[in-house]
Amino acid sequence: MNKPFQTPIVLLGARLLSPYIMLFGWYVIIHGHYSPGGGFQGGALLAASILLIRVAGGRRVAQLQIKEFATTPLAVVGVSIYFAAGLVAVAMGGYFLDYGMLPIPGMDPAWLRYTGILIIEVGIGLAVMAILVMIYDNMVRGEDYG
Amino acid sequence: MVLFAAVLIYAASDLPYRGDPDNLMHAEQSITDTRVMGSYFIQNAYRDARTPNMVTVVLGDYRSIDTFGEQIVIYTAGLIALLVLRKTKRRRVV
Amino acid sequence: MADFFLGHYAYWFTIILLCIGLYGILFKKNLIKKTIGLAILQISVVMYFVSVASKWDATVPVLDPNIPVDQVANYLNPLPHTLMLTAIVVGVATLGVAFTLLIAVYNRYETLDEEELIDKIQ
Repeated sequence: MNKPFQTPIVLLGARLLSPYIMLFGWYVIIHGHYSPGGGFQGGALLAASILLIRVAGGRRVAQLQIKEFATTPLAVVGVSIYFAAGLVAVAMGGYFLDYGMLPIPGMDPAWLRYTGILIIEVGIGLAVMAILVMIYDNMVRGEDYG
Repeated sequence: MVLFAAVLIYAASDLPYRGDPDNLMHAEQSITDTRVMGSYFIQNAYRDARTPNMVTVVLGDYRSIDTFGEQIVIYTAGLIALLVLRKTKRRRVV
Repeated sequence: MADFFLGHYAYWFTIILLCIGLYGILFKKNLIKKTIGLAILQISVVMYFVSVASKWDATVPVLDPNIPVDQVANYLNPLPHTLMLTAIVVGVATLGVAFTLLIAVYNRYETLDEEELIDKIQ
């Protein structure tokens, strides 16, 4: 629709900011046990770092970072991590999503629950990031944006 | 619409005071002598999962199946966005 | 009277937000504006739940070793916070679906006004 208009300064600023936002997103996910944070917020930050490049650089530059068809498998991986954590607990004789039964030796059930929460937070983060990027990609499909 | 707002504000005057620690939802025992869930989470979250952030424990452990269903919801939302827009584009081409 | 006002003004603000959102849904003709009204209504419900969860002289629900966990009045109620955390993310996802459907409608009928849309469908 509009003629694509790009300046290298905007792209340079986005490229400068994006890795730090992504690092902060992983920090929010992994440090969510000790401070406010968790999978949803960290996933939104990861999506923000990717969408920043997509908005600033246009489609051709964005394909160098994460390709469009890669978002659906990432979402499937995120959901599968969550579901597998539940199924492993069922296979070891517990209830569904009962982290006290995860097969990691040398830990008492309370610390196993700590680990289980960490695993599913990573799954949630990946799924939220992939879904937000997927919705954006589909919304701008068909527009000539560079 | 103003009348509706007035009715709601009149109804809100019977709500308990905000931030009062003696509210029923902040008590330890409810009026039917069962444990109130919020207070139970505050007292037992660290003992059960060794995680200081109680919101994370409630989200990931006590209500984990709810969170799983919610993740399925956002996954379905992404798939809907994919399918609807892809079909629309094909119809415009034909 | 001052106690009554201090205890209830947060509810009044959420009620005003809810009425703004409901007005947008009912009386606006543009579908984008209707969707924005839906988002405002949802935010009002989220803010109502968060304001209900608060306690005076309490800290955030992250365990501090110096504050004993036995008295419940020391920490905010974590349950409404968790519910609203999931509700916000579901809200963003459903808002994405709503705008997706609006884009599909616009590609098909090339209008977003409600009455023009009804005329073009018939």
